Amino acid sequence: MVNIISDETIEYVGILAKLELSDEEKEQAKKDMGSMLDYIDKLGELDTTGVEPMSHVFPVHNVFREDVVTNTDDRENILKNAPEEKDGMFVVPRTFE
Amino acid sequence: MEKQYETVIGLEVHVELATKTKIFCGCSTAFGGDPNTHTCPVCTGMPGSLPVLNKQVLEYAVAVGLATNCKITQYCKFDRKNYFYPDNPQNYQISQLYLPICRNGRVEIETKQGKKFVGIHEIHMEEDAGKLIHDEWNDCSLVDYNRSGVPLIEIVSEPDMRSAEEVIAYLEKLRMTIQYLGASDCKLQEGSMRADVNLSVREVGAKEFGTRTEMKNLNSFKAIARAIEGERERQIDLLESGEKVIQETRRWDDNKGESYAMRSKEDAQDYRYFPDPDLVPIVLDDAFLDEIRAKQPEFREEKMARYKEEFDIPDYDIDIITGSKRMADLFEETVALGAQPKKVSNWLMVETLRLLKENDMEPEDIRFSPEHLAKLITLIDSKAINSSVAKEVFEEIFKNDVDPEAYVEEKGLKTVNDEGALRKTVEEVIANNPQSVEDYRNGKEKAIGFLVGQTMKAMKGKADPAMVNQLLKELL
Repeated sequence: MVNIISDETIEYVGILAKLELSDEEKEQAKKDMGSMLDYIDKLGELDTTGVEPMSHVFPVHNVFREDVVTNTDDRENILKNAPEEKDGMFVVPRTFE
Repeated sequence: MEKQYETVIGLEVHVELATKTKIFCGCSTAFGGDPNTHTCPVCTGMPGSLPVLNKQVLEYAVAVGLATNCKITQYCKFDRKNYFYPDNPQNYQISQLYLPICRNGRVEIETKQGKKFVGIHEIHMEEDAGKLIHDEWNDCSLVDYNRSGVPLIEIVSEPDMRSAEEVIAYLEKLRMTIQYLGASDCKLQEGSMRADVNLSVREVGAKEFGTRTEMKNLNSFKAIARAIEGERERQIDLLESGEKVIQETRRWDDNKGESYAMRSKEDAQDYRYFPDPDLVPIVLDDAFLDEIRAKQPEFREEKMARYKEEFDIPDYDIDIITGSKRMADLFEETVALGAQPKKVSNWLMVETLRLLKENDMEPEDIRFSPEHLAKLITLIDSKAINSSVAKEVFEEIFKNDVDPEAYVEEKGLKTVNDEGALRKTVEEVIANNPQSVEDYRNGKEKAIGFLVGQTMKAMKGKADPAMVNQLLKELL
């Protein structure tokens, strides 16, 4: 493996992803991430001179909708996805910035 | 010698667009709905849902870009800005980083120091987040996603401003431009326009910028001016005492008149932007831009110049009236119905402004129709009602947009032009107020005012004061 992932990096990625990893999981994640980056490096070997960077896989553009209200009150169904609800709202752990 | 400092300010302004629906789904953007009644799988971030861009958002964004002399990005796309926060159900906000819709613009501002340009770095389209309500009692937070997916544009200026006065002038300019376009009502208090202030100080003459801070939670022009003054002083104090300014986001508390750090650069978020694969690129041809350009309205400066040419009203009136798109429209529509411009202007400048102030409303909240104001002016011109009755009727027009003709008829407010009836009342007033009559006859001119008042009172205000005056003089 060419790409060696440091403990600091895996720690940082874990924080970004809001994941708590055990030591074993960390080692496995380091290995997985290293091999992924190796694969990306391989793609990097390709000569892309003169190739436009791609922003979308489909040759489609300008898909729009008109500014017309099409949705009605569907709160009952939407709240079925809430782990817990109160007063028509989603209940989440107390969060304050 | 004491060091002289210069303040360097750049602004990030979020503007909520006046669309009927959200940016990527057909949910209503209307205010005041019960929590989560304006939501769907798209704006609550359900897996498998597919966002589709609201065309009106694009048109508004391009219109604002053209009005602020930006270059429009004719190949443009959306990116995902990743962060975890419960008001953001997708765990990413759809925004634009790599190819924002508008770039490299500028607007001209005017302050007491003269005119100058403020550069616009870019304008991008993005979605608003939901609203969190903190439930202290149950130690949890409640989320309402009605605002999630409401369309915003973020206008990022260059660090070209040097004082609070310039910042206010710039914000006023943006607000006027966007209001005139009808792209937003731009109310700071209600949050449809939000400004974050990036500020640093440096010694006068220095080439490099100082370390900047970003100030959030500014809900009025006054708060912005105070926050700029406060932050400038805080940074200068730090530098004077040999300390460093830390690059951080700060929250302004306008009641206390001070700010506190929210987060510093060290724990700054790493947003890991990447192109949003759910949304296809936007390709804008010249014809589309021409179409938007052709729809641009007459902006404030042009309107002011035209008013000066066309209407015989003072510059001060022109300034106030054109200071609100709603007011200017109302003025022009009423004049178009045949009312005399100066009279229309007077109703707007005096009674309308008074009622707005009393009711804590902004000119954009005016709801009465030009037809009713025009009719009121006709009623006064034809002497069908006198000026104090007119004021009373106008309040009803302002509050309930009543038809003044019908209202005057229904309430019996018409001026009594029957000279016989008036003469009789005047005679009674003279008989009942011998002291005033005597005073008047002894040369106390002012005593007649009291008698006019008594007559008007007896007539329940429905007389023509000039006629009363004349009759009194005649009978005395």
